[in-house]
Amino acid sequence: MNAPEAKGSFKFVGSRPIRPDGVEKVTGKAVFGTDYKAANMLHGAIVRSPHPHARIKSIDTSKAEAVPGVKAVVTGADFPSIEDIIVRTGESSGSALDMSTNIMAKGEALYDGHAVAAVAAVTKQAALEAARLIAVDYEVLPHVIDINDAFAAEAPKVKEGIQAADLGEGQATRPNVTMKFPMAKGDAAAAMASAAHVVSGHYSLKPVHQGYIEPHAAVATWKADGKVDVWCSSQGQFDVRGLTASVLHIDVGNVRVMPLEIGGGFGGKTTIYLEPVAALLSKKSGRPVRVAMTREEVFRATGPAPGGEIDVKLGADADGKIVAAEIDLKYSSGAFSGGDVWAGAAHSINHYAIENYAVTGWNVLCNMPKHAAYRAPGAPQINFAVECAVNDLAEKLGMDPIEMRLKNAVLPGATGPMGNTLGEIGLVECLEAAKAHPHYSAPLGANQARGVACGSWMNYGGPSTAAVALADDGSVLVTEGNPDIGGSRASMALMAAETLGVPYEKVSVTIADTGSIGYSMVTGGSRTTYATGIAVIEAAKGVINIMRERAAKMWECDAGDVEWDDGKAVCKTGDNAGKTLTLAEIAAKAGATGGPIAFENGVNPLQHLPGYGAHICDVEVDKETGNVSVVRYTVVQDVGKAIHPAYVEGQMQGGAVQGIGWALNEAYIYNKDGRLDNAGFLDYRIPVASDMPMIDTVMVEKANPGHPYGVKGVGEVPIVPPLAAVGSAVSKAVGKPMRSLPISPDKVHAALNGG
Amino acid sequence: MSRIHVTTTVNGDEREYLCSPGQTLLDALRDELGMTGSKEGCGSGDCGACTVVLDGEMVCSCLVLAAEAEGRRVDTIEGVSEGSELHPIQQKFLENAALQCGFCTPGFIVASKALLEKNPNPTETEVRYWLAGNLCRCTGYDKIVRAVMDAAAELRQERTAA
Repeated sequence: MNAPEAKGSFKFVGSRPIRPDGVEKVTGKAVFGTDYKAANMLHGAIVRSPHPHARIKSIDTSKAEAVPGVKAVVTGADFPSIEDIIVRTGESSGSALDMSTNIMAKGEALYDGHAVAAVAAVTKQAALEAARLIAVDYEVLPHVIDINDAFAAEAPKVKEGIQAADLGEGQATRPNVTMKFPMAKGDAAAAMASAAHVVSGHYSLKPVHQGYIEPHAAVATWKADGKVDVWCSSQGQFDVRGLTASVLHIDVGNVRVMPLEIGGGFGGKTTIYLEPVAALLSKKSGRPVRVAMTREEVFRATGPAPGGEIDVKLGADADGKIVAAEIDLKYSSGAFSGGDVWAGAAHSINHYAIENYAVTGWNVLCNMPKHAAYRAPGAPQINFAVECAVNDLAEKLGMDPIEMRLKNAVLPGATGPMGNTLGEIGLVECLEAAKAHPHYSAPLGANQARGVACGSWMNYGGPSTAAVALADDGSVLVTEGNPDIGGSRASMALMAAETLGVPYEKVSVTIADTGSIGYSMVTGGSRTTYATGIAVIEAAKGVINIMRERAAKMWECDAGDVEWDDGKAVCKTGDNAGKTLTLAEIAAKAGATGGPIAFENGVNPLQHLPGYGAHICDVEVDKETGNVSVVRYTVVQDVGKAIHPAYVEGQMQGGAVQGIGWALNEAYIYNKDGRLDNAGFLDYRIPVASDMPMIDTVMVEKANPGHPYGVKGVGEVPIVPPLAAVGSAVSKAVGKPMRSLPISPDKVHAALNGG
Repeated sequence: MSRIHVTTTVNGDEREYLCSPGQTLLDALRDELGMTGSKEGCGSGDCGACTVVLDGEMVCSCLVLAAEAEGRRVDTIEGVSEGSELHPIQQKFLENAALQCGFCTPGFIVASKALLEKNPNPTETEVRYWLAGNLCRCTGYDKIVRAVMDAAAELRQERTAA
């Protein structure tokens, strides 16, 4: 199944048709998570801690319960006690107990915005009024936000009962350090000592938010028979089902999740926040309950990506070959363990062939929201530090920075730092394409400078289910289980059309609820077009086999004598040799030849390949104000095979702009009391249209032999290189290394004025 | 709490609703009239997902009180297409793949239509500044800007032909 088929001669794959769900979305008819309403529904509101760390001494709900229209109140005490089981959520795994505690505080509030109680009432206004009247008696405890402060041996404990990591004999315990992740090869210290050129630097990054425009919302109804129905937008209804069942301590089969359209996720909607709260409010009130977050709640209580404190030291020989790397990275996972630091370590140097390295990752707790996945989780932070250092090294050697990368680039067949064999990867092709791009040699204007960076993301495959069915008029119905976050219905329809040989317009795609099809893992890890695509292709092949049997029946021959060719069954032998039956003709006779034609199957493909990209960024610095403008930007990426190239370009452009925002604007800003000062889009400034130039894209297509049409994941790679591409460009323009993100105008102004 | 009776014209139809004094026009459209095409991304006028046109002026409906719509004309995303005929801006958004998740799209389309009614031949910079109040986290704006420029060209052509 895995040999590339008809490479280079696709009929539909690689075209740019209009997406199946497009009309609904441009006319305002699509139903997103925030749009769904159930009959006789109540409205919920959540009470959140104003303190970054506090003991909850008591919660008095009596005044809230007396508000007319209030039907239910829940606190942490209403959540079932559960054992600490590990649950998988897409790219990461976590503890169900942590998830439950994050959803509703149990005795201890761990960050500003931590939920402590919730109410449901007949109107939104009554729910908000009741929430205001819930009296929580807090004993404020010492808190710590900054990673360096939290790392200290004498730091205040972020929470009770932390399992601090064993840091080895003779090493002081650090109360908030929950993981030390070492990764080493060769003798880094000796190789560094003998290197001809050495560069080093310390890099700092603040936590940033995924910034999806749709706030979280969920409607749940707990029915009298113990079954729970949930309507919400997420990156995976099946994992919402599993997580919700774990937290509520009920059977997975008792939870059914209806996926609504999702208004952006970027990893942040691979977990749950509201579903169990709505379910418990529903259980108490006997009515469906809707709980929705405001934008402020989204910032205060949902998943930032970790900030980081990173030290990098690189050594190269006289020819520019990197011979040693010493890297120390500290990431924070918020108030709960887990986090991205292992992925940070794994992606630190996996794009280079380096013989000697010592990489140490540390996960540090702090009194901030539980971290959540954000597009290539853990990789952009470390890539910023390493790629800026590579640019420093190139400058020190007087080498072209792309030449330097070509000299060190990892090649197909190499073993990655995590021990995985890298197959048909395309880093060299990306670097060559970047070097040849007119952007790279274009002249720069006054106060402008250029930066480059390259990077990667491992990507994923994993379990997916899809079904293909035929209607009696020849319509093709694809059913799958992955929320469409950026055009995946179009890719699925294209792959089904290609496999069956029928026009794209004949194919409809439905994203089914958890009661209607088998499990699919989240839309995340850049896995959907790859893994769910394989599920769709295999289901279409199953339908082809059934159609061959049906045609054989109609021709009274063996199925083995019928071939499927370009949308038609062709009889190969006997009296009917040369005759054909189209898909529509076979579908029309399905009733008489054996019943409905449909095929459902589950797959677990793991022949995904890591993706690589190289970015070129030109900035212009306003020397008076310190403002930085990105004036030209080019993204080069190995995409395997672009099924729908316009949506692949869209991933590359969108990821790059998120990375530019990370580099220049975005940061969580906490005040001295541990409260988030910028919990809104005015003060947490994501890039707007007037900030950006067009984002040029170059799709390098080096097919993945592990996918029938050559697909590699494309969604996450493009957020990895921008931080260093932008940072290095600004450093050059300013004439000083800018190693602390975001590179805000005040920092640039200070650097230009001797700061 | 006493509720205010409002009569207003929405997409050409006379509509009535009851609202509380603190309720926004966005709440009234979504909760009282069931028109959920206008989205709430922030509730503070920062994201533009709730953009509507009020008596010919583009506004964030989350910053307008529901009661203020009394006797006025509100145009929303639901009124942009004529029946099942898409407006050229909607068509160009589809052709250019100018949406990924689609949540910000209604706001962008209403805002783009307002732009092209005022300025049929905008430069790229004018498009970017006009749309600077509409946040999109998915696309990086490239394809949105191209879709609006394409739609502008098509509308100019239609006008010349007419």
